[in-house]
Amino acid sequence: MTGFVIRRLLQMVPMLAAIALLIFVLFSVIPGSFATGQQDEGLGLDMAVVARMRLELGLDDPLYVRFGKYVTQLATLDLGISFRSRQPVVDMIAARLWPSLMLTMAAMGFAIVIGLPLGFVAALRPGSMVDLGLMVIAVSGLSLPKFWLGILLMYLFALTLGWFPSFGYGEGGLYHLTLPAIALGVSPMALLARTTRAAVLDIMNADFVRTARSKGMNEYRVVVWHVLRNALVLVLTTIGLQFGSLLGQGVVVEKLFAWPGIGSLLVDSVFQRDIPAVQGCILVITLFFLVINTSVDIAYKIIDPRIRYT
Amino acid sequence: MKIRANLAIGGALCALALVVGVFGPWLAHTDPIMDANLMNAELPPGKEFWFGTDQQGRDIWSRVMYGAQISLTVGVVSQLINTFIGTALGVTAGYWGGWWDDFVNGLTNLMLAIPSLIFALAIMAILGPGLTSLLIALGLTNWSYTCRISRAQALAVKSQGYVQAARVLGYGDFRIMFTQILPNTLGPIIVIATLGMGGTILAEAALSFLGLGVRPPSPSWGSMLSDARETITTAPWLSLFPGMAIFLTVLGLNLLGDGLRDILDPQSRSRR
Amino acid sequence: MSGANMPLLSVEGLHIALRTDAGSFPAVEGVSFTIGRGETVGLVGESGCGKSITALAIMGLLRDPLGLGGGKIILTGQEIQALPASELRALRGKRIAMIFQEPMTALNPLKTVGTQIAEMFVLHQNASWSEAEKKAIESLTQVKVPAPERRARAYPHELSGGMRQRVMIAIALACEPDLLIADEPTTALDVTVQAEIVDLMKELCAARGTAILMISHDLGLVTDICKRVCVMYAGRIVEQQDSEQIFNSPQHPYTQGLVASLPRLGMRARHGRQRLTEIAGVVPGITAYPGGCRFHPRCSRKTEICEQVVPELTPLAEGSLVRCHHHG
Repeated sequence: MTGFVIRRLLQMVPMLAAIALLIFVLFSVIPGSFATGQQDEGLGLDMAVVARMRLELGLDDPLYVRFGKYVTQLATLDLGISFRSRQPVVDMIAARLWPSLMLTMAAMGFAIVIGLPLGFVAALRPGSMVDLGLMVIAVSGLSLPKFWLGILLMYLFALTLGWFPSFGYGEGGLYHLTLPAIALGVSPMALLARTTRAAVLDIMNADFVRTARSKGMNEYRVVVWHVLRNALVLVLTTIGLQFGSLLGQGVVVEKLFAWPGIGSLLVDSVFQRDIPAVQGCILVITLFFLVINTSVDIAYKIIDPRIRYT
Repeated sequence: MKIRANLAIGGALCALALVVGVFGPWLAHTDPIMDANLMNAELPPGKEFWFGTDQQGRDIWSRVMYGAQISLTVGVVSQLINTFIGTALGVTAGYWGGWWDDFVNGLTNLMLAIPSLIFALAIMAILGPGLTSLLIALGLTNWSYTCRISRAQALAVKSQGYVQAARVLGYGDFRIMFTQILPNTLGPIIVIATLGMGGTILAEAALSFLGLGVRPPSPSWGSMLSDARETITTAPWLSLFPGMAIFLTVLGLNLLGDGLRDILDPQSRSRR
Repeated sequence: MSGANMPLLSVEGLHIALRTDAGSFPAVEGVSFTIGRGETVGLVGESGCGKSITALAIMGLLRDPLGLGGGKIILTGQEIQALPASELRALRGKRIAMIFQEPMTALNPLKTVGTQIAEMFVLHQNASWSEAEKKAIESLTQVKVPAPERRARAYPHELSGGMRQRVMIAIALACEPDLLIADEPTTALDVTVQAEIVDLMKELCAARGTAILMISHDLGLVTDICKRVCVMYAGRIVEQQDSEQIFNSPQHPYTQGLVASLPRLGMRARHGRQRLTEIAGVVPGITAYPGGCRFHPRCSRKTEICEQVVPELTPLAEGSLVRCHHHG
């Protein structure tokens, strides 16, 4: 088991290296990037300032020198200095990490708590009106733009009813968290409901469920003893993938609700053309995505004895 | 019965979106950009302005009609690019194998390791806002599933007798890929493309909402919502209609994709 | 009927319907047979003839789109086909148990085999889990699984096909049922393992006085285990005879075809080189059963009456039955 975990963690290293290289290449090789771009935008920087900036940031060094620097920096967990705030990017991201994680976990929690039971209920009565209704809700949830849902929630629950604040982080409590978490959580909820339904239907037709019935078990025990865990194994991948991608999807919701997470930092940095901050944010979000996917693999190993140490 | 409902409702919504996308300029009452009239600012929906007007007095109905062009163009074109890239890489990787297969696999894993909206956002940051940038950003970031599926199909079909026979007959590699392998992978690819189109339309709206889409004042559904956010207290209908347009279009594509999957790709029905 | 003469199980005029959008089709029609206490009865036929769903019907495990269309299933004088679900459940596993064809998929892959056996004691004997786990190890010993303590903690994928089928037998016999239904229990196994499993079943059931309903496509295997054999074709029983006689005097043309298609020990010695024959044609699908005798499109003795009139099950000597206009 330990061996498996270590091996799985080591597999992340080449992937991370490839991602770092990709991000570096994207932001360095493609012409017309930030320093010069600022003139195009008419931000009122004169040539001398741009030249000084380029020199200071080492943008005129040959590519391999810059890549060398970049890699050494990364190796020491240094993401560089922000062009704008002049702070280390690591510190800026660290301050935003918890709000982002909290929002993602709250959204995922919402998705699991609502989506899994809905999928189960639908699967236990396939073809019924309940099933049909739930699946209509699910496909609608998948088709809703998150930020539009956010706007609707904001209008209804914050501006009209006044139950929740319309934006902001406050003390980071449930009061401020609820609306953004629901806005972010509805589409993974819908997807989970669908995946769970399909997984449970699959398992309910499995031979071992027939065996369980032939033992004289009632349906409640059949479901709890034999269906639940097997369906969970199938659903786990979806949970993992969604959890990871929510960090990315969260950008829009964070921006809408003025939530001080990595996503809004990323968008702000893009508009400020703050390359180190943009690179740092993307790298950290991707790192989290990788870590979560790896954790899912490991969790898989724990609940499914069939998976070998590979 | 349920299959037909999927297809019928999905098809109808998609057809509606297509009609609006193609004939939008004729369906619009006014020019979406020029006809600003501050006398009419922020009128609620009514007889003259069906969907109301925005803070500059522009007709929302007309802007939604015009906005369809950008949203749908981005959805369709970038999804076509994705489908082309995914299929080309997947089929060749599965058919040829060897180092090319390893390379394509590595690339696919890399693509899957980066959340696609973040990747698209990075590309938009580099290329700057605009329609072309959107097409590139969304067309290069969502092909991994197509690639996986077509690779798997190519692998499965490759060893079948009729492909072996074609090879013995001296058919070239590309001819075999086109005449033998591609037709067999078409079903799942169409399904993924339909569902993926919904995804790209949502992603376009998200990027436009963040201000990284088409440049104003051209209306896209996402950028209209971005503008509407500022007046949500005084003119909530500005947020309602563009969002509804996105929702119904994506809903149509999702239903159509589900319906097509039941027909074209029955074995994957329970999975996913 | 009462007392000692009462059979353990009697199936009377069983109908099973396949309900589809296109209508209802008879998957099984008028199937009747009895099994005495400790008796072994075989049900033989090609795949799709309705033998497996007959077994599921006895267990009360028919699922949509299949459903009971009529007939009685009587267990020691009690009609069980109409019992409420909870009472039927109490019989299942305790008085009638079943072994399935695929030991690979018939066991839950995420639970240890020990737990899956132990469930029986928890369900039917109100045992605590720790007691049940101990009894499970005993059960594994009885089905001759080596190192039972260790095997009880194994997952199904860690065991061979033969071992898994032994586990299935242990589950089925855990509560000492009166009747064991075995649906193709050896079909998925290696030939060498098949004989071991069959012998184990025979031995354990004989020791406990458990009756066996053996379902198989393999006439040779069934006659080896069972005292009596019912031959099914296209949803109907076409012949019923003692195992010892059926090889020597098969009455129905279909049974004769089955017998002729079997290689038999000593056959070569008696008849010299002889070709094995097969039955021409294919089994009709449930939705397209022919009228009259359902075997007539494949039958060499077919006459006009066969196409129009369904032959009755006719009693012959010594309790044999045959359903043919031109038997013999």
